[in-house]
Amino acid sequence: MGVRIQAGDFDVSAELDALTAGRAAVGAIASFVGLVRDVNEGASVGGMVLEHYPGMTERSIEAIVAEASARWKVLDATVIHRIGPLAPGDRIVLVAVAAPHRGEAFAACEFIMDYLKTRAPFWKKERTDQGERWVEARASDDAAAERWEKK
Amino acid sequence: MKVRVLFFARLREQVGSAGEEVELEPGATLEALRAQLAARGDRWSEALKPGRALRAAVNQDMAMPATLLKAGDEVAFFPPVTGG
Repeated sequence: MGVRIQAGDFDVSAELDALTAGRAAVGAIASFVGLVRDVNEGASVGGMVLEHYPGMTERSIEAIVAEASARWKVLDATVIHRIGPLAPGDRIVLVAVAAPHRGEAFAACEFIMDYLKTRAPFWKKERTDQGERWVEARASDDAAAERWEKK
Repeated sequence: MKVRVLFFARLREQVGSAGEEVELEPGATLEALRAQLAARGDRWSEALKPGRALRAAVNQDMAMPATLLKAGDEVAFFPPVTGG
């Protein structure tokens, strides 16, 4: 299991290869890549800066990956989240999950991403044509994470 | 007792500080710390207004207002997260 917070970009193909190297039990990898968009909430976005809480960020993502591994058969997982200045089109986040079968890989990948959005301490500040602004949390992200709560 | 207080994102800008040591009564709760800081005045009371827009962590775990603090704790205040 690997969690990395870094300013630089990542190579998706190399990360997926690393998840399967020497592991013949892996039958499926599901991955998600989040990108910076050039428009948000009706404003043109020229770029953003991602701030985080060093230490808590890694801890919270490791806890989310551990929870996913307790729910599904996860053979390995990689989560990379970038910080600092980013431009439209840049990759922000990678979640990749290796599992024996696709169902487990898809579910665990989506679960990790949904929980990361509501629990991992990152904050985006956008630079738009209307000035700088902190991105507001979305109720739809809370709803996405709540879908996974055990009833 | 002393605790270490950190501020992130919009809150850091509002209070004009990334963090400081704060002296508290022994046995104080997270809510007592919030109220003590908010009592400093305008930008503090605005930044630390209780409600959905304010989140807190104690020793890097999300925490509720009734959480008891102890000397040396790291307490962070921040807005709802927006990563991913």
